[in-house]
Amino acid sequence: MAKYILRRVLLMIPTLIVISMISFAVIQLPPGDYLTSYVASLRQMGDDVDETELEMLRQRYGLGQPTYVQYYKWVSGIILRGDWGQSMEWRKPVKDLIWERMALTVFLSSVSIMISWFVAIPIGVYSATHQYSPPDYVFSGMSFVGAGMPGFMLALVVMWIAMRRFGLNVGGLFSPEYITAPWSVDKFVDLLKHIWIPVIIIALGSTAGSIRTTRANVLDELSKPYVETARAKGLKERKLTWKYPVRVAMNPFFSTVGWTLASLISGATLVDVVLSLQTTGPMMLRALTSQDMYLAGSFLLLLSSLTVIGTLISDVLLAWVDPRIRLEG
Amino acid sequence: MTTTKQDDSTPLPEGTPVPGAPGVLGAVDAPISEDLLDDIPVVDEEEERLYVASQWQLMWWKFRRHKLALIGAAILAVLYTIAIFAEFVAPYDPSAFFVRYKMAPPTRIHIFHEGQLRAPFVYHQVRDRDPDTLRDIYTVDRSITYPVNFFVRGVPYKFWGLVDTDIHLFGLTVDKDEQAVFLLGADRMGRDLFTRICYGARISLSIGLIGVFLSLIFGVTLGGISGYYGGRVDTVIQRVIEFIQTIPSIPLWMALSAGLPADWPVVRLYFGITIILSLIGWTGMARVVRGRFLQLREEDFVLAARLNGSSEIRIILRHMAPSFFSHIIASLTIAIPATILGETGLSFIGLGLRAPAISWGVLLQEAQNVRSLAFAPWVFAPAVAVVLTVFAFNFLGDGLRDAADPYAR
Repeated sequence: MAKYILRRVLLMIPTLIVISMISFAVIQLPPGDYLTSYVASLRQMGDDVDETELEMLRQRYGLGQPTYVQYYKWVSGIILRGDWGQSMEWRKPVKDLIWERMALTVFLSSVSIMISWFVAIPIGVYSATHQYSPPDYVFSGMSFVGAGMPGFMLALVVMWIAMRRFGLNVGGLFSPEYITAPWSVDKFVDLLKHIWIPVIIIALGSTAGSIRTTRANVLDELSKPYVETARAKGLKERKLTWKYPVRVAMNPFFSTVGWTLASLISGATLVDVVLSLQTTGPMMLRALTSQDMYLAGSFLLLLSSLTVIGTLISDVLLAWVDPRIRLEG
Repeated sequence: MTTTKQDDSTPLPEGTPVPGAPGVLGAVDAPISEDLLDDIPVVDEEEERLYVASQWQLMWWKFRRHKLALIGAAILAVLYTIAIFAEFVAPYDPSAFFVRYKMAPPTRIHIFHEGQLRAPFVYHQVRDRDPDTLRDIYTVDRSITYPVNFFVRGVPYKFWGLVDTDIHLFGLTVDKDEQAVFLLGADRMGRDLFTRICYGARISLSIGLIGVFLSLIFGVTLGGISGYYGGRVDTVIQRVIEFIQTIPSIPLWMALSAGLPADWPVVRLYFGITIILSLIGWTGMARVVRGRFLQLREEDFVLAARLNGSSEIRIILRHMAPSFFSHIIASLTIAIPATILGETGLSFIGLGLRAPAISWGVLLQEAQNVRSLAFAPWVFAPAVAVVLTVFAFNFLGDGLRDAADPYAR
């Protein structure tokens, strides 16, 4: 097992390196180097620019030197010093800005993925065991609609209904008085009060997909001889279903958790923008439009790494559950 | 009946039991022994029709059974026709704004006037200002009516840049300053939303096709190489695909399209966005192609072709391609909505196409403000168009996927 985990972690490293290169390329995309625009924006605000400070920044990020040197300085800064660069717009180190947003994104995504499984697995199993029954048709129809409905449009509809019917503004993750407040129990409770609308919207697409996957997988398993044997031996139908076919049917489910997570985070980005949540999506969008590239690049790097790590965790879990996978080589 | 796929559309040849009428069989005597006669299956007419049908015929029969797919195909046919003939279908010029109709609600078309059935007409619309909120409010004056006519003369345009004409599908015969017909209302600048959706369909619907076409080229080439050669090449390409699929697509699209220069003209921006969207979209296609290649590589007819000395490229194009062609069409159809939604999403948040370009995503920017959405829900109409298209493609793709393998019962 330890060997398997080690192998998977080592395989992850080249992936992370490529991701960091793409993120760095994104930072380099806008014309001109970052410092020039930084100085320009400072001057615009009427600030005096300290030449020695500029020289220090130039040294730190290797500006004016070849690209690979800049890349090396950027990556080593992140790994060795936890230095993610400087945000031009916020005039703060990027590392002071990203972590709360990242934490909220991770929280929102994990809650959404758990809710979607919590809802999808029982429904999928029910649909499979009651194939072609009226509820199966209803659930299949609903999952078809859910899978096709784009999240950000659903978010718009939900906001519109809330505004129209209840005069409520459902945007945001906190009540106004808690947005800048430090973390406390009250703030967390406030978060829980607001989070359910985005969670439902974000989870809908993946729930629909999961229902279809579960249904198909369980149907495959139910037609296998061992199920017939167990039934012939007098095992109760409920116990029979949940103990064997469902467990086997869950395997392909967990092995694709990486893609599920990726599409969840991807879809959530637009939903979060519409609902103006305090997560990574809206801040990344703002950073991109104002060409605050260190901030935008850091978000891209972090979000992509998040799904890579999510895949790793799911692979390890899968290997732990199913011994065949880790023995295969 | 074997489930081997035929490599072209000719009827199933040798090896297929060709049942004749029993009387004819009985007439043949000498060379056929008694027990061989028993082996010939008795096939009714319905089944016989199935045996001699070509592969494409079988697919069509199977597709026809999928009612939702037929509905999807019909919806798409209508939408694409509107996109192609946008100038003709739309009653006005998409960029002309009428101050008199700022945020005007959809014009109701009536057929009853004072309890009497009449040809379609609209009532005269009167603009007023709410004294408290200073918001424009629109009421109708039921004493004045204007008939809605078909094939009326309106704004002149050059049809497909070739023919000068001013005929529109429908419209009013009076000047638009007196009364206009806005089927889906007007936006903040008093532009007809229906007209703009018709023109927006051009970009939104074509970006799906072109994006998927690019994905197809990448996907078939790389997936084909991966599945045909296997081994180390396969491993590398599969790793690349897995890698691309783990990156959350929308943040990456956002980052890349933010990098497109702001001063690019609309056409170049359009192709830039399309390429960005298909950079990620090809992976699904490549997986399908690779899977089919791996499966077909082992088939007897491929081995036979190889033993006969066919070149690699001939084996791929002549013998293998026809049997996974249908699968490619099905997965293409399923991939189109993702591209359309990608463009809509990007334009909606302001990183995709920008005005003066008209796409459904650009039009949806109006709906970004919840308050304007609350007072003028019709600005949400482009979203309905997008959702309709996405569902139509999903249904069609579902039907095509089932039909792609006509031998599976």
